[in-house]
Amino acid sequence: MNKQIEKAYEERPRNTVYQVTVSAIVLALLIWSGSAVDVSKTGLSGVQIAGNIISGIFHPDRKLLFNLTLQGVPYLLLETVCIAFLGTIVGAFLAIPLSFLSASNLMPAPIAYVTRLVIMAVRTIPAFVYGLMFIRVSGPGAFTGLLTMSVCSIGMVSKMYIEAIEDLDTRILESLDACGCNTFQKIRYGILPQLIPNFASTVIYRFDINLRDATVLGLVGAGGIGAPLIFAMNAYRWNEAGAILVGLILLVLIVEYISTRIRVKLARG
Amino acid sequence: MSIYDKIFPPKKMVLSNGKTVLKPASRLPLIALILVLFTALSVKITGFDLGVLRERGSQFFVILGMMAPPEWGYSTQVWKPLFDTLKMSLLGTVIGAVTVIPFAMAASTNIVKNNAAVGIMRLFLSIVRTLPTLVTALIATYVFGLGTLAGTTAIAVFTFAYMGKILYEEIETADMGAFEAMEAIGATKVRAFVRAIIPQVLPSYISNGLFCFEGNVRYAAILGYVGAGGLGLILNEKLGWREYPSVGMILIMLFVTVFFIETVSRYCRRKLV
Repeated sequence: MNKQIEKAYEERPRNTVYQVTVSAIVLALLIWSGSAVDVSKTGLSGVQIAGNIISGIFHPDRKLLFNLTLQGVPYLLLETVCIAFLGTIVGAFLAIPLSFLSASNLMPAPIAYVTRLVIMAVRTIPAFVYGLMFIRVSGPGAFTGLLTMSVCSIGMVSKMYIEAIEDLDTRILESLDACGCNTFQKIRYGILPQLIPNFASTVIYRFDINLRDATVLGLVGAGGIGAPLIFAMNAYRWNEAGAILVGLILLVLIVEYISTRIRVKLARG
Repeated sequence: MSIYDKIFPPKKMVLSNGKTVLKPASRLPLIALILVLFTALSVKITGFDLGVLRERGSQFFVILGMMAPPEWGYSTQVWKPLFDTLKMSLLGTVIGAVTVIPFAMAASTNIVKNNAAVGIMRLFLSIVRTLPTLVTALIATYVFGLGTLAGTTAIAVFTFAYMGKILYEEIETADMGAFEAMEAIGATKVRAFVRAIIPQVLPSYISNGLFCFEGNVRYAAILGYVGAGGLGLILNEKLGWREYPSVGMILIMLFVTVFFIETVSRYCRRKLV
């Protein structure tokens, strides 16, 4: 018995050359990337600042946290949720035509490829560049944030849409055809039931991400909780930053809990 | 039977063989009502206005138009920040993805049997996940000074949070048969984990890591905005000077890099699965 085990162990599949090559490449890349790290600027003051930040976050400014006026955390959070919500919805709608155009099972290969490149280009432009572009349209404020967020959502949402569309089970359509359904009925009973749970799940997931990334909008003054947070941090008012962060973290945790439950329900039917 | 079914009773239908079946009332009206109410509230708060969009929508393309003939000569100055961004994201991704392994192990119910410990570990991972990357980067610039180290830290923290959740879900769905068999013939827990669970988890772990790296390259371009080094730094500078042709050049180079990385990583991921 032991001999057998040892023999099997000796004959285990090995792929040394491949593994060594891959490890060497990864190691070389890591050493190369290590050259960018510059530790000379860290000092004792860094540790001190870190301490201040942590104590600020654990002693949030209660006045700000429970302030119900337009400058208080609750209203800012509500505004952020609204920006993320509407931004996600607009982005989700914008992504639908793009993803149908780039689904390789529906469109000829060149069109699908070009649309994919367009989506990738849309994704590559950083959020604050979009923010600057939209400020020309609608001025600083929540509306700009909403538009920025919707354009930033397109990339990921359409990527997930495309996967859902390419996974469509066409046998269902064939059987509906055999039953004598017309095109409208085929879409209603063959395609929509397959796509809607996937799409809804994607949109809810993106809403989560947008809520978390809403701080980026603050960089260009596009509304939401980002700007007050960044101002507070730049002015070293850690208690205020702590209050905003605590509010944001709680909000995101709650939304994530709810959205995970909805998505599990969507996935299991 | 939920409350909803009590208020809107399900429809009863009698089939031809005499059986009765219940068709629950559609949830659509309720969901639609909630969505419409929330949309109305959001429209009011954010000041969403299609009229503005129709009237001034063309303004969006003004800056884009000014980027149009990109300043090709500027490309020589882009290489260094671009490589800095790449280095930041690569190192940050690897650090984050490696440090999260023990945490993910401790957050999987099939490895650690103590529910309280698993719960605390998961809460910790969730809280790290809620931290906006920009905030992490800002804090890191205060602690480590302006530069790539701050960016690397921010990316490592983000990767840690992102990979943690995926990894413990992956470990939990792994087949425990081999693990138990190895424990039964006398292997220690760690050894059994290394030999039985890791081979199952590794392909998807690397695949997710590569995916995360792709996203991080994009994200690293934003981080420079708060002074965390890399491409964002010059992007911010050129935007500030309104030198849009240079901005166009930076964006084109970023696009090509991202395209290249995505192609390579998609090839690797396809090979892994």
